[in-house]
Amino acid sequence: MKFFTITSFLIATCATLAAQTTADKANLDNGKNLFAKYGCYQCHGYVGQGGLAGARLAQTRLTLIAFTTYVRNPRPGGMPPFRAKLVSDKELADVYAYIKTFPEPPAVKDVPLLNQ
Amino acid sequence: MPDSDNKKKIAPVDRRNFLRGVAAGASALAAAQTVTAQVASAQPPVTSGAANPTGDERPGSDFMVDVIKSLGIEYCAVNPGSSFRGLHESIVNYGGNRNPELLTCCHEEGSAAIAHGYAKIEGKPMMIMVHGNVGLQHASMAIYNAYADRVPVFIVIGNILDADYRRGNAEWMHSVQDAAAMVRDFTKWDDTPASLPHFAESAVRAYNIAMTPPYDPVAIVADGTLQEEPIANKNLRIPKLVISSPPQGESAAVKQAATMLLAAENPVIVPGRLARTPKGIDSLVELAELLQCRVQDQRMRMNFPSNHRLYGNPGVLPASPNLSDADLILALETQDLWTLTNRQTPINRFGMESQPTTKPGTKIINISALELNHKSNEQDFWRYVEADLNIAADAEATLPSLIEEVKQQMTADRKRALEQRGIKVAEANQRARDNNRQLATLGWDTSPISTARLSAEIWAQIKNEDWSLVSTDRMVSGWPTRLWNFTKHYQFIGAQGAAGIGYGAPASVGAALANRKHGRLSVSIQCDGDFNYSPAVIWTAAHHKIPILYVMHNNRSYHEERMYITMLGAKFNRGSGNESNVGTALIDPDINYASIAKGYGLYAEGPIMDPKDLAPALKRAIERVKAGEPALLDVHTQPR
Repeated sequence: MKFFTITSFLIATCATLAAQTTADKANLDNGKNLFAKYGCYQCHGYVGQGGLAGARLAQTRLTLIAFTTYVRNPRPGGMPPFRAKLVSDKELADVYAYIKTFPEPPAVKDVPLLNQ
Repeated sequence: MPDSDNKKKIAPVDRRNFLRGVAAGASALAAAQTVTAQVASAQPPVTSGAANPTGDERPGSDFMVDVIKSLGIEYCAVNPGSSFRGLHESIVNYGGNRNPELLTCCHEEGSAAIAHGYAKIEGKPMMIMVHGNVGLQHASMAIYNAYADRVPVFIVIGNILDADYRRGNAEWMHSVQDAAAMVRDFTKWDDTPASLPHFAESAVRAYNIAMTPPYDPVAIVADGTLQEEPIANKNLRIPKLVISSPPQGESAAVKQAATMLLAAENPVIVPGRLARTPKGIDSLVELAELLQCRVQDQRMRMNFPSNHRLYGNPGVLPASPNLSDADLILALETQDLWTLTNRQTPINRFGMESQPTTKPGTKIINISALELNHKSNEQDFWRYVEADLNIAADAEATLPSLIEEVKQQMTADRKRALEQRGIKVAEANQRARDNNRQLATLGWDTSPISTARLSAEIWAQIKNEDWSLVSTDRMVSGWPTRLWNFTKHYQFIGAQGAAGIGYGAPASVGAALANRKHGRLSVSIQCDGDFNYSPAVIWTAAHHKIPILYVMHNNRSYHEERMYITMLGAKFNRGSGNESNVGTALIDPDINYASIAKGYGLYAEGPIMDPKDLAPALKRAIERVKAGEPALLDVHTQPR
């Protein structure tokens, strides 16, 4: 009985994790699509590296709440406000999840071309 | 309009023959005279001026070539046109195609932009010839760029003013009453000479006007009849050319400027189109080091060494440096000073408000020759600036006297205080530089290739050469300014002037041509959108063996405009698809610039997608350029 219970628990847990992974994958894919669709890359770069036209997003320290708040109400002179009518909270969460996957850059000391 | 000595005479009807015919018809004399008058007005005029040439005559265009040679003009960029065929033939057969040497161009816009780029390296005008109204219309946008960039260009417009000399069809459609009128709003001076002596005087005057700050394009109309009819006046002479000394600031105003600079706690120098010559760099370095103050370069010329410890922040847009901490701004040939010191409502908001970005009480000293050449129609004079001291003079020419005044007024105590300020500026510069290197690592290995990686890879290959960046770097987020070490005047030439796109590819060729005789390695980071206006200019580079390396910043779009569409869409809660690509993206199909370049006769590779492939490709292309030919690398890049 005990064996059965443990096995059932493991199966259930694995099923949940698999579902969650699938859901995460879906969110990331959706976030990637939205990142392109809404033109985030236009100012922030395809990997959120930023530039003179837009702030860096890669390795952002913003929480999802802070990120969403800023996108809804950016500072004057910065990006346009993307309101809920255009981008839902769920979609912004997916974009945020995608941004968080941008790889950590190499250290400056490890890039010979930046130490010329 | 023909030389007065050459003007053919329209003969009256040959009355003797006419009367003989009338007599044979047994008509009355009185009646015949009446008929004569009627016939004279009804029949096409008979001319007696036409004569077969002996071949020993010299056309007026030969003298025009003598005049042009006296000005020391090296090159003439030309897309051939019938209204200046006389001058064209004289340059080749009489002038030996030297000084000026013709550059074969496939579009007049390219001709003008080649001259624009050439002048910024060489420091003197190139000549272009444009054909009547149609050629000048093609050239006009590039002429406006040069005008707004305060660059001298010597424009010769072919035109046939005398209707009697127009040989039908195109010579009527391409002739105008006032040929220079269409560019008068954005040239500094023009004239339509009526004789060869007039041509000589106006050409010399025009050259001097173009070369007196503020530099700008000038236009001379070379009349077709003057070009092609023989020289009748045997006493032609060419006036002596003496370039006027540039206008310098009035001594009392300069003294006051020095006093204000020394009293300021945190002055910032903002140079725009300051350094016309290498002396401008030396003077600015001397002044900045005397004052130990920040220099926030607009990067419109090579004004200040990019790695100098007093360079403000190499990571900010030249148009929006942070001047909020300044208590005095010294503007030196600065562009749009008002926008540098004020903030306006952005396009993603409604209405228009503005507020100063400087702190209350910040003083402004403005030294600029722009005040000496105002025109009304083209609005490139920007908003009025309430400066505390305005000096209408050439800034480069004024700096030596300003430096002397600062030295004279400097006390030992003040000097010690300023040294402490300099240390702080240098520390801020180092922080900005470290931050730039950190930012450059983001997306280092990504594809499309980051503009930071692109710039760092190019720098690695050219840093030990005698190099010259013959393009702007704004469209690649200013990474060359942030990562390279610019020290020499010819290493940077700024941008379009009037932000007219289509400048980059041809201006780079002109600058590379000027660099050629010095053996410099010319590199252009070439935007794809800009390239497509005048792509055939790379054939001009191949044909004339002008060594230049084009590295395509191929982001596959007119990206600035794409960002605008996105911003406006969000403003109105719409545009939730890929609408911003409509009318802006250069995709479907992707344009293969390596194939285009090969078609025009260049060595080319690409598209390069993987950053690891950049270094070997750059090495191969640079070898070709060092051997004296143009080369192009097509690189798929991040947007900015």
